[in-house]
Order: sequence, then structure tokens, then C-alpha cells
Amino acid sequence: MIEEIGTTEQGELVVNLGPQHPSTHGVLHLVVTLSGETIKKVEPHLGYIHRSIEKMCESLSYRQFIYVTSRMDYLSSHINNHGCALCVEKGMQIEVPPRAKVIRVLMDELTRLASHQLWWGAMAMDVGALTPFFYAFREREAINDIMEETCGARLTMNYMAPGGVAFDLHPDFQRKVKDFLAFFRTKIDEYDELVTDNIIFQRRMEGIGYLSSEDAISYGCTGPTARGSGVSCDIRKSVPYEVYSQVQFEEVLETGGDCFARYNVRMGEMRQSISIIEQLIDNIPGGEFLAKTKAVLKLPKGEFYSKVETARGEFGVYIISEGGTTPYRIKFRSPGFSNLSALDHMARGHKIGDLVAIMGTLDLVIPDIDR
Amino acid sequence: MLSIENITHSIDVWLYGTFNPTAALLLESLIVGLCAITLFAVLGLVLVLMERKVSAYMQIRLGPNRVGPGGALQTVADTLKLAMKEGLTPDGADKFLFNLAPFMVIVVAMLILVPVAFAKGTQIWDINIGVLYISAVSSLSVIGILMAGWASNNKYSLLGAMRSGAQIVSYELSAGLSIISIVTLTGSLRISDIIDSQQDGWWLFKGHIPAMISFVIFIIAVTAETNRAPFDLAEAESELTAGFHTEYSGMKFALFFLAEYVNIFIVCAIAATLFLGGWMPLHIGHWTAFNHAMDYIPSSLWFIGKTFFLIFVIMWFRWTFPRLRIDQLLSLEWKYLLPLSLFNLLLMTLISIKGWHF
Repeated sequence: MIEEIGTTEQGELVVNLGPQHPSTHGVLHLVVTLSGETIKKVEPHLGYIHRSIEKMCESLSYRQFIYVTSRMDYLSSHINNHGCALCVEKGMQIEVPPRAKVIRVLMDELTRLASHQLWWGAMAMDVGALTPFFYAFREREAINDIMEETCGARLTMNYMAPGGVAFDLHPDFQRKVKDFLAFFRTKIDEYDELVTDNIIFQRRMEGIGYLSSEDAISYGCTGPTARGSGVSCDIRKSVPYEVYSQVQFEEVLETGGDCFARYNVRMGEMRQSISIIEQLIDNIPGGEFLAKTKAVLKLPKGEFYSKVETARGEFGVYIISEGGTTPYRIKFRSPGFSNLSALDHMARGHKIGDLVAIMGTLDLVIPDIDR
Repeated sequence: MLSIENITHSIDVWLYGTFNPTAALLLESLIVGLCAITLFAVLGLVLVLMERKVSAYMQIRLGPNRVGPGGALQTVADTLKLAMKEGLTPDGADKFLFNLAPFMVIVVAMLILVPVAFAKGTQIWDINIGVLYISAVSSLSVIGILMAGWASNNKYSLLGAMRSGAQIVSYELSAGLSIISIVTLTGSLRISDIIDSQQDGWWLFKGHIPAMISFVIFIIAVTAETNRAPFDLAEAESELTAGFHTEYSGMKFALFFLAEYVNIFIVCAIAATLFLGGWMPLHIGHWTAFNHAMDYIPSSLWFIGKTFFLIFVIMWFRWTFPRLRIDQLLSLEWKYLLPLSLFNLLLMTLISIKGWHF
């Protein structure tokens, strides 16, 4: 790696972008080969925040390992937990009570909103507008407060458990969520006025980081990254879990394939999430929030896979069980890793400023990539 | 009436009455130099605080509010912190140039201050080519920035300096052409003449649409020249960490920081002088009573008010707009602003030849 740093034989500049860099949102290390300002090659170096989560899970019980996954994609911690809980439930054939199903979807969608809000702020910051970040955090704070009341946590929720959710909803939950939605409906229009309609912002995004639908598929991109290229890949639509088959929502698809298309997909998804929450918030069924399960969970011998749609794309959990109380082997399919692999393809030929914008639209969370 | 003009005049009279002319001139230069340095310090303190308060206001925050009343002494605390920091020089840096660069930048900022008229009769040197002098000296600041970027032995700094060079050299043209379009109206490069010519109304209003166009172009160009967002590519923090001053710390960094704010003040002061009449109160044609009422507001307040309004506008830009990309920045200048300025200059020449302005 050392000889890569410096100048190439063709006189191209090799620059280390990260691991400590304001725009990599964590410890991503990109070795960028530049000819002047133009990008010739981008090479991600990973592993700075690798914590062997998959290996750790092998020594944790089926109840415990779910909590570790909050630390992967910390902006979608509910959804990560959800995917793991689904996989265990699949193996144990636990029937989840209807109340828990609705609560899970509500939490997932609130998480998606919070995640996209943070992304929106960071995206604007990446292209140089610092102020939207604060607006995004104001709204995100409201969601965090709602989460805090019910889950007792603001970032690593650890709320989903095999068989349902760990605790019942806080009595104020419905009222607060409704208040928040009424507030956020006006704010999302402000988001559009402040950033989406800004001419400089549009010029920075349009035609940048083009990813064709074929490339999106072959790089394994999922989530808003692939949907911006017109690839229909929403797990909530294609393999509906919980109550997603019963709610009305649209899979947001854009065909542009550029940064602006990916941006618009996420803005559209925020509106869809609002609509999902609005449909469910008054229709939370009563009853149990957690199915009765045995004290010690043992998955039967075999292989189990389940997948959910996080704010970044498809999150898969693959468990191989030998019949014991801990998994024999566990593998997480994280969306960020595959999305990052397309970065080099997208960034070549663009300028440094564009690289930052492209990274912004990929919405990378580094612990999700490194695990 | 107690005005700055009377004070400076009485000091001048007293000095020349007490000492022989050479000593008086030397003493006067010393006093002026001290005043300029004090002004620098005060401007730094006020503008940094103002920026932080304005940004806080736009970002639904409170801003600094712990040091002093309402956070008024925050900048003093920051300066103390910076003064006590170690001034690191990176390995492999060109030590001489690295240490020279911040002083280069700050000295240039000080030099531009010379012909600025702060109030009626308050000017360090009413040089007869004032406007030309400002254009000439302000382009020197790029040398300091290039020097800093090159000497730091850091690729980010080098990229930042490279961007800054391209940017300042390009936008200098538009700023210069905007200045010239006002000079065609006044027929003089002397700052005091330009201000006097706005006795019956500011050029922004008297010069019809071309004056407004050149005002807008001038504001855009000077925002770019001072490396402020949305043109802050030289220090684009999400791309180049801190651009040309990445490797600077302690007081050397503080000098860059101070120079940035003083430069903002100077360009806004020049814009106020050329387009908004400098210290000249708002006069409207033959409204004698209104004009007299306006005269009661001291000229220094008029100048400071106009300048700080423009500074606020430039800060507003910074906290609202996303940053342009380097190629967009240069095409904006060469493809749009420069042709527009040239055309505008022609139009302005026609207006001043025909005497169509008020």
C-alpha cells in the first residue's frame, strides 16, 4: 500500500481520502488517483472499524446476537434487529402476534425516516451547504425522542426480540407520532425548497455518478442506489414481511441513474414512509406484543435466511444452525458493502467534488460495510 | 459637530504645529499604522463573532453565549487559545515560504485598507488612482495562498491552492470590469471623487440597470475572490479538509482566518463606496428636507451600516448555498459573467457618453 501513496509514473497524484476525512462519514479510506482534479481511480480500503460481529455472534445466544447487530448500520438499528428476529422466528417457527407486527413496521418506517433525514443533512453538507444539516437534526431529534420513550435508547435500539418486541409501546407513542408527522409534512416541503430546488445543488447532482441498471444489478446494488437506476428491488414489495402486504405504498423508482435520481428516490421514500405510518398509527391491534417462547431458544439443524429492506437496501441474515443454543455460522449481507463496490465505476472521470457527492448519494455507513 | 474629520484634522494641526514637518509626518504615519492594526484586531473580533451569530441564527442555534455578555468575548477567548497553540511546521515543508505565506496574506489585506474612506475626510491616503490600486493589490493575495499551498508539502493544500489560483485570477476580471463601469460614470479613479459624485444619489440607483448588473456581478466576483461559500473551493472542507491552510495551526492559522474576514470587510467597503455612496448619506434628488434629515446621521455610521449590510448578505450566501464545482465555477466566470460584464461596460459607456444617467 505504501508504494501506492505518492505520484504514479504517469504523473498522476495519489491522494488518501480518509480514514480521517470530513466527508467520508466515518473511517472509510479511499485511495484516489487524480489527474489534476479528475478522478482516474478510486480504491476503497476497508477494515478500520471491523469488529468481527459475525464471529462474535457465533458465541452469543439467539436472543443476544440480535443486540450486536444494532452496531452495524446504526442508523437502521431497528431494521437490522428486525431482520435477525425474523430469521430466528423462521427457524423456530414462532408466530408473531399481530400487535408486534404492526409495531415493528411502525418502528422500521420511523427509523427509515430518521435515517433519510440524517442522510439529507449530510448530503447537503457534502456538497457544501452546512445549514440543512441542522434542520435535518431538528426533525431527527423528534423521532429519537419518540424512540427513547418506547425503547429506552436513541441509537442502538435493541427493541426487536424473537417473537415480537421487547416492551410495549409507550402510552404517548401514538399522539407523539401523529404530532411529528403533522410537523414533518410541512418540513419535507421546506427540504425541497431549500435544497432540491436550488439551482447549484441540481447542477452538482444531475448527470453525476451515472450507474446503469445493468451495472446496478451486476454490482449487487440494492435500496435507493439501485432504485435510482430503475431497478425494482424493494424487499417490502417483492417479498413482503410483517404487514407490508396490507399497507398501500409505492416503490419509488427513478430512471436517471445519476446522483439526482438517487436523491429523489430517498426524498420520495420519506413521503412513502409517512404514508405507511399514517395508515398504521390508528390501527395498532391490541393483544400481546411478544409471543410466548421457551426460555432458551434452540434453532433446529439447518440453514435459514431472511431479508429486510433497510434505509440503505437489502439486509440479509444467513444462519447455519447445528441445533445448539448459538449459531454455528452467521453471515450478514449488508447493503453498504455492495453499494460501495460501485463507487469506483461511478466516480471515474468526474471531479473530486463529485466523488464526495456520489459518496453522499450512496449513503454509506461504515460500520455496516466493515461489520 | 463632533466628527472623525474634526478629530483627525485637529491632531494633524497639532502635530505640524509642535514638531518639524519630517517628525510630524513620521509620527502621523505611526499613529495611522497603530490605528490600522487596532482596526484589524477589532474587525477580526467583530466579524468572527458576527459570522458565528449569523450562522447560528440561520441554523436554529444560539451561537456563542458563554464568554462575556451574549458571547461577545468569544473571539478573544479563541484568539488566546490560538496564540497558545504550537505552530507546527510539517516535515518536508519549505520552512521559509511556509512561514512567510500567512504574513503575505495579511499584509496584502492591510495594504488594500489604505484608500478606503471610513467617514467624511477619514482616509489613510486619498491616492489619485485609488480604485486601480485596490484592484492591483487585491490580486496579490493569491500569491500568499499559492505559497501556503505549495510550501505545505500536502496534496490537499496543493489542490486547494491550485483551485484558489484559478478562481482568484478569473474573478478578478469581472470585479475589475464592474469597477471600471462605475469609473466611466465618475471619470475619476480617486475614491473621494467617486464618493463626491454620489452626492445627489447613489450610483446603484443613478446608473440605471447597468449599475445594478455590475453591482450584482461585483458582489458575486468578490465573494469568489475572498474564497467564501458558495465559492469556497480553496478550502472546501468536505473535499479538501481545509484546503490551502490544512497544515497551519496556532497564530499562523489565525492570520489566514483574520485575513479572510478583513478581506470581506474591505470588499464590502469597496462595494459600498462604489455603488452605495460610501459614507455619503442617502440623498434623493431635490428632496431638500429629506436630504438634510439624512445628513444628521454621522457619515461613519452610514459607511459602517452599508458595509455591514453587505457583509451580512455575503454571510447569508455562505450559510444557504451549496458549493459549486471547480469546472462550474470557472465556466460561470468565463462563459457568463465575463461576457456579461463586457457587454455591461459597453452599455455603461454609452450611458455615460450620452449623459443618460441622473
